[in-house]
Amino acid sequence: MTTPTTAGLPPISETEPARGTRDTLGRLLVYLLLGTAFGIMLIKSEVVSWFRIQEMFRFQGFHMYGILGSAVAVAALSMYVIRRARMRTIAGEPISVPPKTMGKGIRYAAGGTTFGVGWALTGACPGPILALIGYGIGPFLFVLASALVGTWTYGQLRPRLPH
Amino acid sequence: MIEFLSRPWPWYVAGPLIGLMVPLLLLVGNRLFGISSNFRHACAACLPARADFFRYDWRGAGGWNLAFALGVLIGGFLAATFLASPDPVAISSATRADLTQLGITDFSGLVPSEIFSWGAIPTARGLVMLGVGGFLVGFGTAYAGGCTSGHGVAGLAAFQLPSLVAVIGFFAGGLISIHLLFPLIF
Repeated sequence: MTTPTTAGLPPISETEPARGTRDTLGRLLVYLLLGTAFGIMLIKSEVVSWFRIQEMFRFQGFHMYGILGSAVAVAALSMYVIRRARMRTIAGEPISVPPKTMGKGIRYAAGGTTFGVGWALTGACPGPILALIGYGIGPFLFVLASALVGTWTYGQLRPRLPH
Repeated sequence: MIEFLSRPWPWYVAGPLIGLMVPLLLLVGNRLFGISSNFRHACAACLPARADFFRYDWRGAGGWNLAFALGVLIGGFLAATFLASPDPVAISSATRADLTQLGITDFSGLVPSEIFSWGAIPTARGLVMLGVGGFLVGFGTAYAGGCTSGHGVAGLAAFQLPSLVAVIGFFAGGLISIHLLFPLIF
C-alpha cells in the first residue's frame, strides 16, 4: 500500500502534473482514433445500454461481468508484459504506472458509491455518456451537462470534503 | 463482414478489445486509460475556475484525453450509422420481467425511450434519473478520481487497492439506487 501524502489533501490526480507535456498533433490524432475504436466497442458490446446496467446491478446476467473481467485480465497481462520487457512508448519514452494514493480511502469509498448511484440511474458511466450522444440519443446531452455541473461542484467543495 | 459486426458483440470479444486500450495508450504515449478526467479538463478549459482543482495545464495533462473523448463520440456516431443492430438488447428474462413491473414497455432500443426522451426530462422521474443521476456521475467520479475505465479496468488491472475500494463502492451505489431510490421514483 502507498503512503498518504504529507500535505493535507491527496494529489488531485496521480497522473498530474508529471504527465503534463503537450502532445503533438499527430499523436492527438492517434488518441482520437483509439477513442473512436473504443466508442464503437462501447456501443457494440452494449455496455452503454441502461438495460444491461440494470441486469448487472440486479445480478441477473453474466454479460457485463464477462466484459469487465476479461478487460481487466487482458489489461493486467499486457501491463505485466510491458513492465517485464521494460517496453517504451513508440517515441522511446519510459512507461510508468504510478501507484494510487490510498490515504484514508474515504474518497474511493464515498466517491465510488456516489458514482454508483448515478450509474444505476442514468445507466451510463462517462464513456457511454459520450458514445450515446454520438449514437444520437439526445437526452444524454442533459446527462453530460449535469455531470459537468457535478464535477464542477466537487471542485468547489473539495477542500471541505473528507478524502 | 458489416453484418457480422452489426450484431451485438459477445462479451469475450468486446471485453478483451476494451482491455487492449490500456496497453495501447501506454505504448502510444505513457497515458493511463480513463474517461472521467475529461469532465475535469472540460471544466478547467471552459469555466472560470477559482478552485485549485481546475487550475492546471489542461492542454498538457488532458489534451490527449479530450482527443480520446472526442473519438468516443465519433465512434458512437459511426456505430449508429454503419453498425446499428436491428435487434433489441438481449437482457435476461428476469431483468425484463423486473423492468416490465416498473412500467418499462419499450425494449427495442439501447435505452428505454420512456425515460430517455426529451419529453421525459421535465418530470420528477426524468429530473432524478438524468439530472441528479448525471450530477452524481460527475461528482462521484471526480471525488473517487476515476470511473469504470480508470478504476474498474486500468486500476484493477494494475492491482491498485484504492481502485478495488472504488469498484466495491460502484456496486454499493448501484444497489442503493435500485433498492432504495427506484421504489420512490417508479
